[in-house]
Amino acid sequence: MTEFEQPVLKSGFFRESMVVFNRQLRMNLRNPAWVLIGVMQPILYLLLFGPLLEPLIEQLGGNAYNWFVPGMLVQLGIFGAMFAGFSLIGEWREGVIEAERVTPASRGALLFGRLYRDLLQILVQAIILVALGLLMGMDFKPVGILVGIAITVMIGGAGAAASNAFALLVKSEDVMAPVTNMLLMPILLLSGIFLPMSFGAQWLQTLADVIPTKHIVDAVRASFFGDLGIADIGWGVGWTAVLFALAVWWGISTFRKENA
Amino acid sequence: MIHARGLRHTFASGHGKQKKEVVAVDGVDLDVEEGEVVGFLGPNGAGKTTTLRILTTLLKPTAGTATVAGFDVATQSVDVRRSIGYCSQVGSTFSGAYAGDEVVDHGMLYGMSKKDAVAHGQALFERLQLDGLWRRKPRNMSGGQKRRLDIAMALIHAPKLVFLDEPTTGLDPQARANLWDHIASLRTDHGATVFLTTHYLDEADTLADRLVVIDQGRIVANDTPENLKAAVSGDLVSLEVAGDEQVAIARDKLASISESVEVDDRFVSGRVPRAGKAVPGLLRDLESSGVSLESIEVARPTLDDVFLTLTGRSLRDAEAGTPEADSAAEIQEVN
Repeated sequence: MTEFEQPVLKSGFFRESMVVFNRQLRMNLRNPAWVLIGVMQPILYLLLFGPLLEPLIEQLGGNAYNWFVPGMLVQLGIFGAMFAGFSLIGEWREGVIEAERVTPASRGALLFGRLYRDLLQILVQAIILVALGLLMGMDFKPVGILVGIAITVMIGGAGAAASNAFALLVKSEDVMAPVTNMLLMPILLLSGIFLPMSFGAQWLQTLADVIPTKHIVDAVRASFFGDLGIADIGWGVGWTAVLFALAVWWGISTFRKENA
Repeated sequence: MIHARGLRHTFASGHGKQKKEVVAVDGVDLDVEEGEVVGFLGPNGAGKTTTLRILTTLLKPTAGTATVAGFDVATQSVDVRRSIGYCSQVGSTFSGAYAGDEVVDHGMLYGMSKKDAVAHGQALFERLQLDGLWRRKPRNMSGGQKRRLDIAMALIHAPKLVFLDEPTTGLDPQARANLWDHIASLRTDHGATVFLTTHYLDEADTLADRLVVIDQGRIVANDTPENLKAAVSGDLVSLEVAGDEQVAIARDKLASISESVEVDDRFVSGRVPRAGKAVPGLLRDLESSGVSLESIEVARPTLDDVFLTLTGRSLRDAEAGTPEADSAAEIQEVN
């Protein structure tokens, strides 16, 4: 190609999303805090919460870590993902999003490139968490663990897509932080992530039944115990698919909107 | 290269009973031919950026049509994006990334191979005096370097048409002058058609072949800077008279060659056609009438004078008094 000759241009959703993914991953890997927090989060959760909750969980019977690790997994997936949008606000403020939107790249690819990064982060954290859980005595149910991780990655993807959409909508960390925390608190408490909902009052259990993430936690937990029947994980997988589809639709339409 | 007819964009402002429709762009017709450098001039809130965002497919017009590089902005937006480069006023790179990586990734989003993007990016860095900054983060660059990096981003896929949105806002005079050289080279070295918005009169005067002046969403003038200035009737002659008693005589003498004379204390001024020829005679006349002058100034019309003539307001007053329509948060879906 001579210096200012018109170059040959290729397009394609996967190619474009991989350009965005590589850029995002490169920037994050250059940030030591991101790498360190990403690795330390699952380790700290398991080491600090595991021994604390072990005696309580043992009342339910079975391996405490097969009960506890799935909860931690979903919690890490959702929490990590729901804060993914914060980095997007910084990029928007510096004009990066507008610069990307004026290229011919697909709006979906601009979102998915970022989602790949978030999904990779959740996957790596999940592997660390599961490996640690196995070291601490969790029963090894290979197929169930793989299914559980897959559900977690999907629900994390839904959280990340929703977080990116919300970030582009409000464009302010000051709005995003309290709203995200306000949403996450009931999700955390009513999904049975730390403690079984059966420990709570009946009205609390009834309320928890309408929270989709409770069914998702139940499904991941069932799969870690090796229970993979439709009755065990059907609701959780169904809710995960619905939330993922809705969040991705919201994310893509937000990337398409003016001033995004 | 750009042909727009009746472009209009409105958005809602306020809430509840305070809600009202704001017209940001109101029936804009525009034609830019290949190879031109066109300046889009107007105060803040005049509709410059909104028009630019419509032409770059970032915003759908409420009404009207526009083709850019031969493609319709509403129905062929991907083809338009492939054909243009855009340098927004807020920048285009992440402050913590390496400059070279940003340019290469941007080229690849346009569909370039990595090899082509690196080769073209490095050539652009050399041309835009960014040599040695390939591995520098934008946060560690000067304002001028960052703007040149934004221009490199806009040029990475060798577009034939480049949009620059207030390219020198916030730069010091030296960096502005330097950037002007680079903007001028977009046509000479890169063969690009350039459409730039600015609210700096000197910038428009220096860079543009043709000026399109917009005020309150409407085009109020469209001509070369020279023709626009010529439309203002004459040069401004300002006399500072030595004594109060001589002011009336000076006023009468100036009025003999000027239709509009104003007096402010001992200062007498008026517009004089072809002042270079008329002023020597005026000076002789004043001297023979016993009028002594402390000073005399002859000023060529500026684009601010043009704006004043066209709109009845100076550009600076307009900037102070116009709401920020351009930056209002409009939400509209664009495919």
